[in-house]
Amino acid sequence: MTDKEHLTGLNIEQIRRDFPVLKRTVGNDKPLVYLDNAATSQTPVQVIAEITRFYRDHNANIHRGVHTLSVESTDLYEGARNTIAEFLGAPSASECIFTRNTTESINLVASAWGKSNLQEGDEIVISEIEHHSNIVPWQIIRDELNVSLRFIPMLADGSLDVDAAAEIIGPRTKLVAITAMANSLGNITPLADIIEMAKKHDALVLVDGAQSAPHMQTDVAALGADFFACSAHKMLGPTGIGLLWAKAEVLDTMQPFMTGGDMISTVTMSQSTWAEIPAKFEAGTPNIEGAIAFGAACNYLDNIGMTSIRNHEKELTGLALDKLNSIEEITIFGPSDVEKRGGVISFALQGIHPHDIGQFLDSEGIAIRAGHHCAQPVMSALNVPATARASFYLYNTEAEIDHLTDTLNQVVKYFG
Amino acid sequence: MSNDLLDDLYRELILDHYKQPRNNVTLPAANCAADGSNPLCGDQIQITLTLTGEKVEQIGFTGSGCAISQASASMMTEFVQGQSVIDALDGIAAFQTMMTTSAPTNAVGFDDIDALIGVSKFPARVKCASLGWKTLEQALSTNNGVEVTTE
Repeated sequence: MTDKEHLTGLNIEQIRRDFPVLKRTVGNDKPLVYLDNAATSQTPVQVIAEITRFYRDHNANIHRGVHTLSVESTDLYEGARNTIAEFLGAPSASECIFTRNTTESINLVASAWGKSNLQEGDEIVISEIEHHSNIVPWQIIRDELNVSLRFIPMLADGSLDVDAAAEIIGPRTKLVAITAMANSLGNITPLADIIEMAKKHDALVLVDGAQSAPHMQTDVAALGADFFACSAHKMLGPTGIGLLWAKAEVLDTMQPFMTGGDMISTVTMSQSTWAEIPAKFEAGTPNIEGAIAFGAACNYLDNIGMTSIRNHEKELTGLALDKLNSIEEITIFGPSDVEKRGGVISFALQGIHPHDIGQFLDSEGIAIRAGHHCAQPVMSALNVPATARASFYLYNTEAEIDHLTDTLNQVVKYFG
Repeated sequence: MSNDLLDDLYRELILDHYKQPRNNVTLPAANCAADGSNPLCGDQIQITLTLTGEKVEQIGFTGSGCAISQASASMMTEFVQGQSVIDALDGIAAFQTMMTTSAPTNAVGFDDIDALIGVSKFPARVKCASLGWKTLEQALSTNNGVEVTTE
């Protein structure tokens, strides 16, 4: 049976032809098996073409000139904003702010919303399973503004302790910042429950969508959150461009994050006034080609269909969990139910350090992540220094999972 | 089981030290100690040693981490046991030179350690191999007690 017939509706062979890097080999002429998608995804020719097309045909600064190239660049940049807004289900493109990545989006909220809205005694609630980018900015703002930072704990299978969340989120909570899908273990969080708890206490909610936006349908309007952050490079786009969606009425309560050109209304020697959103939060010349390519990536994903992509990854993850569990020495972290996890499998092989696993797999062409995945609180809760992590995307195949499984069996023999 | 690419990195001698680390103890009577770690990958090394005058009388290490970090630390303890502090510091410098130049040191007592030369071709792993040596340097220095990292 080919992958095309086997897996849910996606023509994988055709999709793979769009990704030139998947044709290369590594090491001793081994075909690349790219299983590090939770770190960064590969880029299809349709997206790469938009980057070269921009520099070949249009390159100019945006929002400034009356000349043709500047008008075209502005149209492409703002057109991408519209595309991404639609992809994420944002009611208005003006609520979509381009940033460098999810990390910058969260820093923007912590700093610009925090300083405009938090007072001593207020509480921010995050969770133990957050990526460092959704922990450290809040620690900084906690210390700066003398507010409290509370953590929703994680259960043994890596999922959030929802009962504890109900205790922790309370009248002092001003903001809950939570991941939609943990990058370390892949578990999908019960967002609807958490958002309901927050809303009961009139707290705002920030959703870290870095891992969910690439792999599941996003509808920020239906979600009921106030902020949503994601990065293009995990969703087939280029690095250096990300997005923050926020409700217009919330953005209007915030002071600017960075200041300078493009974000002002008027500047005199003594003071300045701010532009309307989104410009208020986009100081300086942005990553124009990155934004345009981000839009192209959303179009590519939309053409294939997020539901099909999610189904494909669910099937791959189920297969991978079965096959990997056949290795006696393996411990797989995170929930076993594919409905509750994305295409991310974090694992350990008894007595073998993840870096040695990663090195061996690399010599067989297989790219995985080995380390703490910027989630040290998760690692210490699991009592491991690091894990090995394989993560899938729309172009991965069952044959690649077989190769991973076979090679892990060799790893056990080599280091065991 | 063999793997050409990897065999250069994980030479048999290295895997041997990894599976059966030498001097894998904490010395209760130590008068010098240092801890080292690579937080990004989770490698950890603890070194204890007894200095008698200017001589490393005894050395022990404990730790956890990848094969390269633990094997390199194990080899380091074999090398340094019984050496003068000056020779130990020369050894640390020779090891670092090997990691950066990919040339064997031909240093006295380095016969086994030269097996780690393959690591220099894997830049991401040099910090693993260097951890034990940096930690030793720390233990021998006046700053002894401050944790080191090779990241």
